[in-house]
Amino acid sequence: MESALKIKSLLDLEGLDREGITHILDTAVSMKQINERVIKKVPTLKGRTQINLFFEPSTRTRTSFEIAGKRLSADVINFSPSSSSLTKGETTLDTVDNLQAMSPDIIVVRHKSAGAAEMITRHLAARGAPVPVINAGDGAHAHPTQALLDLFSVRDRLGRVEGLNVTIVGDIANSRVARSNIIGFTTMGANVTVCGPPPLIPAQVEKMGVRVSHHLDEAVADADVVMMLRIQLERGAGGRFPSLREYAIRYGLNARRAERLKPGALIMHPGPINRGVEISPEVADGERSIILYQVEVGVAVRMALLYLLCGGGDEITA
Amino acid sequence: MKLLLKGGRVIDPAAGLDEPRDLLLDGEKIEAVLAPGAKADAEVVDVSGCWVVPGLIDMHVHLREPGEEYKETVATGAAEAAAGGITAVACMANTKPVNDCAAVTDYIIEKARAAGRARVYPVGAVSKGLLGEGLAEMGELVDHGCVALSDDGHPVMSAALMRCALEYAKALGVPVLSHPEDKSLSENGSMHEGEWSTRLGLRPIPAAAEEAMVARDLLLAELTGGRLHLQHLSTAGSVRLVREAKARGLQVTAETCPHYFTLTDADVRGYDPNFKMNPPLRSCADRAAVIQGLADGTIDAIASDHAPHSPVEKDVEFDAAANGIVGLATILPLSLRLVVDGKISPARLVELLSVNPARILGLPGGGNLKPGEVADVTVIDPAAEWTVDKAKFLSKGRNTPFEGWKLTGRARVVIVGGKRL
Repeated sequence: MESALKIKSLLDLEGLDREGITHILDTAVSMKQINERVIKKVPTLKGRTQINLFFEPSTRTRTSFEIAGKRLSADVINFSPSSSSLTKGETTLDTVDNLQAMSPDIIVVRHKSAGAAEMITRHLAARGAPVPVINAGDGAHAHPTQALLDLFSVRDRLGRVEGLNVTIVGDIANSRVARSNIIGFTTMGANVTVCGPPPLIPAQVEKMGVRVSHHLDEAVADADVVMMLRIQLERGAGGRFPSLREYAIRYGLNARRAERLKPGALIMHPGPINRGVEISPEVADGERSIILYQVEVGVAVRMALLYLLCGGGDEITA
Repeated sequence: MKLLLKGGRVIDPAAGLDEPRDLLLDGEKIEAVLAPGAKADAEVVDVSGCWVVPGLIDMHVHLREPGEEYKETVATGAAEAAAGGITAVACMANTKPVNDCAAVTDYIIEKARAAGRARVYPVGAVSKGLLGEGLAEMGELVDHGCVALSDDGHPVMSAALMRCALEYAKALGVPVLSHPEDKSLSENGSMHEGEWSTRLGLRPIPAAAEEAMVARDLLLAELTGGRLHLQHLSTAGSVRLVREAKARGLQVTAETCPHYFTLTDADVRGYDPNFKMNPPLRSCADRAAVIQGLADGTIDAIASDHAPHSPVEKDVEFDAAANGIVGLATILPLSLRLVVDGKISPARLVELLSVNPARILGLPGGGNLKPGEVADVTVIDPAAEWTVDKAKFLSKGRNTPFEGWKLTGRARVVIVGGKRL
């Protein structure tokens, strides 16, 4: 398998063209096959060290990266602030220097600040230690692996991405998932609409090539994919609209709205979901929902990225 | 001993002069502006090819002393100013402790005297501790040498307090320098609100956060008749509001900084904290409006807002980094770009960097080259090409967004009180 990817680190999706994204998704198809075996492990990254450096709490993404690394036989170390020196006043870059001194082969970073993954990558390069970095979410900026697994899910379920109508609903302003998906889906030729109350739509988002709607029924009428986002109360979104009750009424995907979607339309959510707010329980668990499928293929997509960026050997099926 | 600056182009807007002339200095004073080639019994400095102008004045700097000497001291800041062609600076009150009492003012003045570089004029706080709650002892601050009052960095959010400050300062004969920012609109923001804040996922600061406070302060200036000076204007809306106020006859003045007419919010991509300051870098349209304001007289002064920080504050995540960049080394050449681009004349440049700051702050000297006036003079070589190298700064601050820039124009001779620095 071709393992050359034009990028050395994955910080956002802006550095990837349609060919690059397709290459990652195609690689993930092979990885998904490994995950469907009884023995879900290959020796591809044996002897390689992967550090999951999570400055911000995460369960789903960290676990997904950990499983992905282990299925490729990498030595996976999880490092998170609660068990670290960060509470003692150490800076992010000092932490990175310390971990770098232990010679990791790839670093997966999650951080609450936008641009943190780029800062770390630049710092490592300046230190003469250009370790590949995968951005696992930086503030409200980017979450490229989430967008790639969303693209994988849609392509796998609907057979294509180009020409599809994709509607992203909710707290767009605070969402790194929305930003990366806007870039990913538009790059792959989909038509993207973002929908939410005006205070949750960031300034001039149309310049990213999307349509803006403030009315959910109108926004999802032609949608092939509806992606619901969580309201990020921890980032102050709660003060920007009257109440969660009114939000759920105006912007929540309930059974009535779900029934009126186009036949075959997919309902997605990056998680964690808030049942009864942006999505009602019967819709989250309903047959159009591929929420858990997204989580499943997330492991395969992350295996593909670890393999491609860590320069694994050529035998991924061994 | 007399000194003759020979062969230069003397630009003295206060006298309406922009001609080849020789400038004769006698001790601490300017003695005469002479026809080219006139003989004088003096030490001669050949300044052919250069502009001879009244000493440049940077009316907005942070010198960090007392309290944050690891970032800058009065001595290092005053030395950096002189190296950049600046003969006088006005330093803001946000030291630790705050310059809200005479003891701190005296301390800064004493440090500046001992340094013997650029003149340093302290600016006193409007409110005690810059807390925006009660007025500082403004009268005593002025008695001890503060040339203006400002809570710079901390907008006076209470309109009632700002009203009192403008009224009280009016009786003292000094201006109130306002940092126009409505904190409720800018809360936790770290860059200008627009396409780039959306793309980069950084908390946005709308232009209206500045403009709302500019509008409020203009209304309060009208109400009180106080002397309002608006600091670091960065948006098209602010420029428009000030232009309209001036057209109505309001006695208001305003400044901007080189970064607002040189850089834009697009430069924040890359998340380098050396592009983070408050107000933030704005859009291309804002940048164009600021340049127009400088050209048409709406904006009266260019100031650097020199804000040195150490790597402790800057080598961190963009949203966690301190606001501010150093500017004393680059204020002159960046302003000269406006002349090269045909936006303003050399004489207008001297107004913005010397005549008007001296007038706004009511400085005891400077801003002109009248015989008998104190001899603060900057000789500018407008053709000197150089590359910004932060390692060579005399300032302790290295936080410049202009590292590696090739600039044209540099101070060749800097004279303060007749003394060549």
